[in-house]
Amino acid sequence: MRRLRWKIAGHALALLATVLLGGLFSATFVRLAPGFDVDERELDPHLNAQSVQALHDARRQNRNVFKFYFSYMNRAAHGDLGTSLALGQPVRTLLRDRAPLSLRLLTMGLGLAWLLTLTLALSAAWLRLSVYDTLTTVVSGTFLCLPAAVLALLSVLWNVPGSLAIALIVFPHTYRYARNLLVKAYSRPHIITARAKGLGEARILFWHVMPVVTPQLLAVAGVSVSLAVGAAIPVEALCGLAGIGQLAWQAALARDLPLLVNITILVTLVTLLANSGADVIGHVVRGQES
Amino acid sequence: MSFWRKLGCVVLVLVLGASVAANWLAPAGYAKQYREATNAPPSRTHWLGTDEIGRDRFARVLYGTRISLLLAPAAALLSTLMAALIGGLAGYLGGVWARVAMAVTDLFMSLPWLFLLITARALMPLNVSPLVSVLVTFLLLGLLGWTAAARVLCTTAGTLRTSDFVRQARAAGLPGLRLFWIHVVPNLKPVLYAQFWISIPVFILSEANLGILGLGVAEPMPSWGSLLKELEGLVSVGEEPWKFVPLILLVVVVTSFQCLLSRQEELAA
Repeated sequence: MRRLRWKIAGHALALLATVLLGGLFSATFVRLAPGFDVDERELDPHLNAQSVQALHDARRQNRNVFKFYFSYMNRAAHGDLGTSLALGQPVRTLLRDRAPLSLRLLTMGLGLAWLLTLTLALSAAWLRLSVYDTLTTVVSGTFLCLPAAVLALLSVLWNVPGSLAIALIVFPHTYRYARNLLVKAYSRPHIITARAKGLGEARILFWHVMPVVTPQLLAVAGVSVSLAVGAAIPVEALCGLAGIGQLAWQAALARDLPLLVNITILVTLVTLLANSGADVIGHVVRGQES
Repeated sequence: MSFWRKLGCVVLVLVLGASVAANWLAPAGYAKQYREATNAPPSRTHWLGTDEIGRDRFARVLYGTRISLLLAPAAALLSTLMAALIGGLAGYLGGVWARVAMAVTDLFMSLPWLFLLITARALMPLNVSPLVSVLVTFLLLGLLGWTAAARVLCTTAGTLRTSDFVRQARAAGLPGLRLFWIHVVPNLKPVLYAQFWISIPVFILSEANLGILGLGVAEPMPSWGSLLKELEGLVSVGEEPWKFVPLILLVVVVTSFQCLLSRQEELAA
């Protein structure tokens, strides 16, 4: 229990460090972005010299790097993530509006990917047919050799949902690990003995195989979240889905750094949370097993 | 060498040979426009037809293959060297150095690869000359792709640090850097080779993804990414199947690299 608490504390510390470091990087990139320290209101011919000077003074605190960092972090802590340069809207509003679609897409994509992974990996471990094994390896290998953006384009051409494209991008990565883990688990002596004694396949799977492979599968599940989030960019951009992936792509094309760095930090946090969650659950499962 | 590895080698040599001979196989070049034959289907003069502004697709595939196949290994070399320097040295020094280096590596690795690439690409000017865009794209891949390799190298170098021969060399009074260069680096070579070969297909696919998203090599310079962007305009798969040639070539080349990889992985092990 004490070790688990230390583990959770370690992950929380890593998340905090990521937020702080990410915040500093964001602030730096915002300073580097084109248009920083420029106010187009200064070009307004209706403003007199005093008004222009007042605008200058208002921005003076931005010139001090440390003051700028502090004020940026302070605003970020209060939920003000700045304004998108290209879209002219608050970053927070943009993220809030687009997050549900991305979340739905990722959940469905990951669900489908894992359904496909476990079905094929379990059948490969059960059947132990070299023809079937070769076939599944060739299928997953082919998908591994296709760029994610091509799969997204093909999903548009064949009119299939974007979540399936995400599933097909993630599946070959997870399949390789899951298949190897399950084949190795099924060749353990105690499982061979259980099978020889006539134990049912379902009982072997849930009582003997799953406790052994669950921690490793959870670790792969954590990594698969990162893969799915990366796949969301081409899928959303090329399938015309207005999610966070598409927003990141638009921000990159428009060099909208305030928006892009905030999305990057958000994505890093999501993937870190997924990996930390998988690690903690894996630790709990291992603890129960021992 | 197994049959599949031999086949992979032969395919790669053939494709590389054809791309190097692009000047002889397609002397008109990749940018020449045949304005009387825009969007033409395959013919005796244009083996793979022409694109929407009348450029010969066969020539563009050859020149694009040359760019992707020559620069992806260059980027892989850069990333492997960086991994050797960061991961190898951190593992060899151990302690705080290793912990800090691995914390930075973890931070990099927690970011999805494509997100990291497009963020870094957006930091650089997008409106640049085609040649600069080629260099920027592959330099970016090389500079950002070292993390996974650094992790492996840090662990391997950490194991070597506590090995008997390194302890003996240290006890004999060999200076730290010389010891690293003479005794540790040669033992890291199999892992370095493996990481180099693993990185090439990853970088080829990453360039293709960036190209399709419009963040890769700039026009009129061809690359597999920019050639695959043509698929965006298709209405159905069967409509113009010759447009899939760059994709088929890419899959064949990446598969060939995967066939070679297993040999390198064996060496690393």
